[in-house]
Amino acid sequence: MILSALIFILVAGGLLSWMANRWHPDSAKWVALATVGIELVLTIWLWLQSASAMALPAHGGWLAETRAEWIPRFGVSFHLAMDGISLVLVVLTAFLGVVSVACSWTEIQERAGFFYFNLLWTLAGAVGVFLALDLFLFFFFWELMLVPMYFMIAIWGHEKRQYAAIKFFIFAEGSGLLMLVAILALVFAHYRSTGVLTFDYFELLNTAMSPSTELWIMLGFFIAFAVKAPIVPFHTWLPDAHTEAPTAGSVILAGVLLKTGTYGLLRFVVPLFPEAAGYFAPVAMALGATGVLYGAFLAFAQTDFKRLVAYTSVSHLGFAVLGIFAWNPWSLGGAVMQMIAHGISTGALFVIAGILQERTHTRDMRRFEGLWSVMPRLAAMGLFFAIAALGLPGMGNFVGEFLVLMGLYRASSVLASVAAVAFVASVVYALALVQKTFHGENTHGWQLHDLSSREMATLCSMAAITLWLGLYPQPVLDAAPDIANSPPAVAAAHQEGNAE
Amino acid sequence: MNTLPSALHSNLMALSPLILLAGSAVVVMLASAFYRHPRPVMMLTLAGLILSFASLFLFRGIGSRQVTALLVLDHYALFFIGLIVAATFVVAVLCYRYFGGSESRHEALYILLLLAALGGGVLVASSHFASFLLGLELLSISLFALIAYPRFTERPLEAGIKYLILAGFSSGLLLFGMALVYAQLGTMQFAKIGTMLTAPDQALELYGLAGLALIVTGVGFKLALVPFHMWTPDVYEGAPAPITAFIATVSKGAMLALLLRYFLMAGAHQSQPITLALSLVAVTTILVGNLLALLQDNIKRILAYSSIAQLGYLLVGFLAFDPLAIEAVAYFLTAYFVTMLGAFGVVTVLSGGFNNGSEGESHRVAERDSDRLADYAGLFWHRPWLAGVFTAMLLSLAGIPLTMGFIGKFYILTAGVEASLWIPVIVLVVGSTIGLFYYLRIIAVMCAPSSQAITEPTMRPVASPSLGESVTLAALALLLIWLGVFPAQLIDVLEGITVVDLT
Repeated sequence: MILSALIFILVAGGLLSWMANRWHPDSAKWVALATVGIELVLTIWLWLQSASAMALPAHGGWLAETRAEWIPRFGVSFHLAMDGISLVLVVLTAFLGVVSVACSWTEIQERAGFFYFNLLWTLAGAVGVFLALDLFLFFFFWELMLVPMYFMIAIWGHEKRQYAAIKFFIFAEGSGLLMLVAILALVFAHYRSTGVLTFDYFELLNTAMSPSTELWIMLGFFIAFAVKAPIVPFHTWLPDAHTEAPTAGSVILAGVLLKTGTYGLLRFVVPLFPEAAGYFAPVAMALGATGVLYGAFLAFAQTDFKRLVAYTSVSHLGFAVLGIFAWNPWSLGGAVMQMIAHGISTGALFVIAGILQERTHTRDMRRFEGLWSVMPRLAAMGLFFAIAALGLPGMGNFVGEFLVLMGLYRASSVLASVAAVAFVASVVYALALVQKTFHGENTHGWQLHDLSSREMATLCSMAAITLWLGLYPQPVLDAAPDIANSPPAVAAAHQEGNAE
Repeated sequence: MNTLPSALHSNLMALSPLILLAGSAVVVMLASAFYRHPRPVMMLTLAGLILSFASLFLFRGIGSRQVTALLVLDHYALFFIGLIVAATFVVAVLCYRYFGGSESRHEALYILLLLAALGGGVLVASSHFASFLLGLELLSISLFALIAYPRFTERPLEAGIKYLILAGFSSGLLLFGMALVYAQLGTMQFAKIGTMLTAPDQALELYGLAGLALIVTGVGFKLALVPFHMWTPDVYEGAPAPITAFIATVSKGAMLALLLRYFLMAGAHQSQPITLALSLVAVTTILVGNLLALLQDNIKRILAYSSIAQLGYLLVGFLAFDPLAIEAVAYFLTAYFVTMLGAFGVVTVLSGGFNNGSEGESHRVAERDSDRLADYAGLFWHRPWLAGVFTAMLLSLAGIPLTMGFIGKFYILTAGVEASLWIPVIVLVVGSTIGLFYYLRIIAVMCAPSSQAITEPTMRPVASPSLGESVTLAALALLLIWLGVFPAQLIDVLEGITVVDLT
């Protein structure tokens, strides 16, 4: 029950804030804030409830479950369930929801009702993706979050918004349809071997398939998630979409939507196709390592603040992909940690970019310079999150990257050393970002007012979470990789696959 | 022999939906002869359609029934008759204001609509070449007149003549094809053709094969499948918007339902060359339809190419040839009907319409419908509800969740994957990805800032929709979303549909 509530609160809140806008122009954002606030409180309550359960090594893994008939003809049910990973990601989604409402507080003036409607529906789609355990339902939410995101970019975006929005939508939808075909192929493979037509995750686990079928079906899933994650050859939509989206859109894209890709790899690709994934893992890890380096190198060639941050996402998510395909407790813990930490730190950098854009109407770093003297608080925050992004010990990203490298070293020492180079590259881009934007003389004569208390509160809470993740990561690690710590069917199958 | 009257009685009962359609055409004709006023005539038309629709439910208990050798009224036929009648109802409502409301004399339009619907109904129920041709001609001949109904305007006339030539040509091909099949097998009943071909040493010889190919070609013209699609965009653009909706839905839907029945009953799907050719046609239809739509700047032309592509998707499900294929085709067609009616409904509502009554010059005659992309700029901000409905329809055509189009596409893909039709399935995926581009383009234009739209010189005063139109569009949009979220209700109905083999 509580799980469907998590989705329907957002859906209803979206409709409500759209309607509220008609009565009073300012009310939309309050309704939206209340909605995401309730969502956040609920998810944190869920986490506290289950924290004790998750600390035990041998709990079943699933904290809550809802199931209802939906389309009996195809064996499709409305099946939601939550385990540690879903929980952590839902908490992240709710938190970034609050952040994105807060950062659009003054940015969005026109048609605010429709904006918050889209924002909340994107979040609802993402929460649905993290909770759905029926493949049809999963696909339903997967596609559902695209449309409102498209509107957010296309209506409230920056200069090249139409191009970016259409590119984003076509990449996501095209790869999504490929995944739908793969889902159907899997379902019918299952149907042929057992005679049961079902889209249920648990029943489709351990479907008997010939190795080549398994590989093809796995590739269908992989491409869809690789586009979303993004893994390198499929990443070209990302810099455009992130750059052109309004601040809240960038925060949600980077913080939540990219995570649906890595979540899909973690939840579906490896468990459903353990052997094919094991066979394919070297390729996937090579792609991940390429992404780590390529994203980092391209990042420091950028002059657009948001574009730079967008490329760092490619680099950071590469670590998560590496961690997932190395598939051992350290690397998985690291991957989840990386997903969360990246969501917070990159989200914060986009918030900073949004604040700068709102005041200066530009994102071109060549036109900034010397902002430290004008906006010391913003500059300090910028420095903090840039350092977090480069992976300084004591912050969340470091824990994630370190664990991934540690786990990866066991799988492939070569790739681990390649990926470790990224630490150097990330220092370069992060410091270049700080240098170009905040240091030096204020030659352009900017006269800007510093952070308001609303902005300060947003960024400080994000900074606190980054520090907490870096200094005491255990709660997330407890919650997250229990698929590896206490393997249910999933990891066991994988290990059998490896053993053979 | 004394069972004969009761058999006759129940045959007539089974035929009642079609009889009611024909009867209401006569009543409407007489009524308009005595009292020439469009409002009561339209009300009579709608009443006739409702009666016919209701009779589908009243006599459903009779079950499948072969009525003479010509018609078979099974669940399959009843479902599609229902669909056709409902679509005609929507088109009739849309026509009223568009053709001038109570100020113009457009009563004949409703007679033609009823006759066209009757033709469609006969097509989907036919199990014999004779009824096939009868239904087809009834449908096409009414359509010529409907397309060219605003007869003082250039474009509809041009479109009407194009359609006339095309329809004549395709009927000719069909007739010749039927003759060839008859020459080999000596029967014109679908079911008999089927049983003859399943006999061990029987297969279609060159005659029969050529005949089948000609039939498929003739139907292909009507369905606007790709090598035979040239007429579609011109006719769609030229025809009055509600009539375009009628061509896109009823005419195509009835033909496709007939073709599927023919293939399943007459065993044509066992002929390798024909299915191979059809899959080739499906693939090219999807690709060409979607690619050419990218080049258009006119909403009606975009929708025309989009409907070509949609028919290509349908063929992918069609090619599976099993019970699931029938369900998939039926669901997708329903979704397609709702979507196309909604989309052209919005175009209709935005268009000034043809107002030329007998007085001619005193009324403003629209040169064209509101069908340029520029007419839709900023629609989201000055007509939010209309733009919302149109967006929902476009997203449904693109197959995005929460709409029927998504479930329809899912159904088609399911049927395709089940039958392992990998190439058509992959092409479908590629095609719908291309398709997104032009659907999103329309949506993007509608979202454009409204300041641009106001300074646009081509912006004309837009007509305000009548109550009937608003209610119809709202109902279509609600249906689209309701059946997109809870498809189980429609699926339950569809599961009963099979092409029963009654000999």
